[in-house]
Amino acid sequence: MIDALANLGRAGLRWLSVLGRASIFLLRVLRSQDAVVRRYRLTFAEIYSVGVRSLLIIAVSGLFVGMVLGYQGYITLVRFGAAEALGGAVALALVRELGPVVTALLFAGRAGSALTAEIGLMKTTEQLSAMEMMAVDPYRRVFAPRFFAGFLSMPLLAAIFSAVGVIGGYIVGGGLLGVDSGAYFSQMQAVTDWREDVVSGVIKSIVFGFVVTWIAVFQGFDAEPTSEGISRATTQTVVMSALAVLGLDFVLTGMMFT
Amino acid sequence: MNLRYLEVSVGLFVLLGIAALFYLAIQVSNIAEYRDRDTFEVYAYFDHIGGLKVRAPVTVSGVRVGRVSRIAYDPDRFQARVTLAIQSGTDFLPMDTQASIFTAGLLGEQYIALEPGGDFESLQHGDEILFTQSALVLENMIGRVLTNFSGD
Repeated sequence: MIDALANLGRAGLRWLSVLGRASIFLLRVLRSQDAVVRRYRLTFAEIYSVGVRSLLIIAVSGLFVGMVLGYQGYITLVRFGAAEALGGAVALALVRELGPVVTALLFAGRAGSALTAEIGLMKTTEQLSAMEMMAVDPYRRVFAPRFFAGFLSMPLLAAIFSAVGVIGGYIVGGGLLGVDSGAYFSQMQAVTDWREDVVSGVIKSIVFGFVVTWIAVFQGFDAEPTSEGISRATTQTVVMSALAVLGLDFVLTGMMFT
Repeated sequence: MNLRYLEVSVGLFVLLGIAALFYLAIQVSNIAEYRDRDTFEVYAYFDHIGGLKVRAPVTVSGVRVGRVSRIAYDPDRFQARVTLAIQSGTDFLPMDTQASIFTAGLLGEQYIALEPGGDFESLQHGDEILFTQSALVLENMIGRVLTNFSGD
């Protein structure tokens, strides 16, 4: 009984200390952000590996999600004789929810896990300590460019996802199922508001980009310097990112779309 | 990997992202409406607004000229006070214009239709539209039909 209580307390304290370390880490990374401009070549390389190389999976997923939405939306709407409303349904679902959320989940799996593994391995092979020995600040050299790259790439990827998804819905709705293409787009514009829907979606994706990159970089930094430690940290990145994104999505949706 | 390739591909990526945002703004959403900021506001009192929502269209002979900008309940008059933002290009509406709440289609969204009267003075910013017609409430109509039948 006492043991169980002690374990509970220990687990709670461990969680608190992780949260504290993560916050201190975030503050130091944010304070080193001037390195993003000064070492712009590093930043470019990171945007390339985090953003550009995620393009394909994001675009293909967006296309298929849009196509499925078009198909399922059509099946329901046509029963009410409102197949023309398909454009609005697809666009709202994509811009408000699916664009930011699915992109963040894919981003965590594709880019977040890679960030964690890379930084974790740097720590395990003592590259980070070596940098410090040479008076190179790893926060400026390693963490700041990676953090900025993820933070910048995520909203762009989410916008691409939504745009491709809208086209995917159009391919299925307008091309295969015979919804009038003029009605598809005019319904879309009638229902989707620029500030309430599109900008809110972009804000969501910015928040998700921040959180996912933070988790990924911190998990790598905090990984136990063993091979199991790295594998655990990588798994943790994906699991915690998914939970954080879905939880935050609920909170943000409640705040934005009342 | 050489730097040139890196820079070009990153530039392309950023450009693509911004292009997608523009596409969402122009093709998917109604950003064009935010351009006609030049509006003037008039208000009208209705006994019942039905399912009228903020941002619902305001039309004259079926042409959209503005939108509902605010809906509030006025406790002094026991009526709903609806504020309409109308584009400045249509500021020659007569004082005795009538505002009615109609429904687009059988189950469509509700909108406000303005029917111009014959007065020589026109509505200015902050004026009240005196003649209004409330939304049709389906339940009331059914109730009236039923009482008509039972009255026979």
